[in-house]
Amino acid sequence: MSRKIRVLVAKPGLDGHDRGARVIARGLRDAGMEVIYTGLHQTPEQVVEAAIQEDVDVIGLSILSGAHMTLFPRICELLKENNAEDIMVVGGGTIPEDEIKALKEGGWAKELFTPGTPLEKIVEWIQENVRV
Amino acid sequence: MKDYVEKLLSGDRRSAARLITLIENDAPEKQALLHRLYPHTGRAHVVGVTGSPGAGKSSLVDALTGQIRNEGLKVGIIAVDPTSPFSGGALLGDRIRMQEHTTDRGVFIRSMGTRGCLGGLAQATRDAVKVLDAYGCDVILVETVGVGQSELDIMHHADTTLVVLNPGAGDHIQTIKAGIMEIADIFVINKADLDGVEKLVRDIRAMLDSSPRAGDWRPPVLTTSTLDGRGIPELWATIKTHREKIFNNGTRSAVKRKRIQRELTEILQRRINRLITQGLDAGGRFEPVLEEILARRMDPYRAADEIIKQSWKGELSDE
Ligand SMILES: Nc1nc2c(ncn2[C@@H]2O[C@H](COP(=O)(O)OP(=O)(O)OP(=O)(O)O)[C@@H](O)[C@H]2O)c(=O)[nH]1
Ligand SMILES: [Mg+2]
Repeated sequence: MSRKIRVLVAKPGLDGHDRGARVIARGLRDAGMEVIYTGLHQTPEQVVEAAIQEDVDVIGLSILSGAHMTLFPRICELLKENNAEDIMVVGGGTIPEDEIKALKEGGWAKELFTPGTPLEKIVEWIQENVRV
Repeated sequence: MKDYVEKLLSGDRRSAARLITLIENDAPEKQALLHRLYPHTGRAHVVGVTGSPGAGKSSLVDALTGQIRNEGLKVGIIAVDPTSPFSGGALLGDRIRMQEHTTDRGVFIRSMGTRGCLGGLAQATRDAVKVLDAYGCDVILVETVGVGQSELDIMHHADTTLVVLNPGAGDHIQTIKAGIMEIADIFVINKADLDGVEKLVRDIRAMLDSSPRAGDWRPPVLTTSTLDGRGIPELWATIKTHREKIFNNGTRSAVKRKRIQRELTEILQRRINRLITQGLDAGGRFEPVLEEILARRMDPYRAADEIIKQSWKGELSDE
């Protein structure tokens, strides 16, 4: 039996580039995880559907612009509708302190990583929180 | 444990996804699950898609899926990418090209890493195909990069295999690996919007002339572009023709039989291999024989006879 942590890395929303998401994706791969990379401009529906089909442990959202306060709740809602609340949702990007607090307290995001968080920290967090 | 098989048969996506995970992980319950799935398999048409990196396999799978969905058929996709031999991780990016089908409930897409499991890749893929087959997919597209032997092995289990090539730059007929040429049922020259298409078509036809294959199916050479969609309807039509051909002239059952023989052979070989390895390792039940050979009290042939005699009764049954 050889279990591997599977992570979906997505870049929702309409804005710009996915450089950050790609760096994270590669970093997680180098830490031995299977990373399903879905690219730019994902709708919450696409993110959740892909996460279900790929049976991932974690959804990692790369956030650049301000839509996160609606995005995270929407994704959680869709996960619930599909009986998939066991999939953890985390995010990274520029999110103000008070909104991080609100998202975590609301249970919309398990963890949020601010820019500059070392990759090892993210890897470590995932390894600790996914029951293998 | 929740009953994944029952839920799968009633069309539950999460169960399909979870079953594939259990298979990939080689979970203890894998065999029992496959045992229950098996009666519900054998219906789907399995189409292998292989070719060099960047040939446009995923784009082609995406375009084909659109074409197949026009007929209301349910599509399963398995996209295999290499696992890094250093970290054991994998970056699975084929979905990027298939985004428009993500939320279509008639399409199920799954990415798999090769995981470097010795010869197990073909088996894991084969078993994942069974899951999607039982899930009710009419057509299952399996994408692999055509480089390694185990990727080639996967293609031996497809009903129809597409080999994707590109004009111009890389794909000269001389550089294409022999193994890949032999498994092609249909040659697809993708990126036909680029220069050099006619030459590549000519080269492949010439190659087919100089080494014709057994049987009455001569692999057609088709041209496609996923940019403007040209050739995609023809490609799907040709896949269906190939399918009818193998269905109708009685070769299908022969082909299926051969494939089952191959699968069973591989399963037996893996088990026997494991038995031998474990038996001869330190502490294994056959290990004392090594001492005997070392002391020249026995020769390796006689030792092999002994081991076979001892193990042939009921010892081969644990996977
Ligand atoms: N010009 C042209 N480019 C194409 C065509 N089809 C695909 N491409 C491009 O070729 C590149 C690779 O396409 P993919 O579909 O990812 O190719 P692939 O064979 O699946 O690649 P790997 O899975 O990485 O081996 C992308 O940049 C596509 O946009 C085509 O018909 N014409
Ligand atoms: Mg691909």
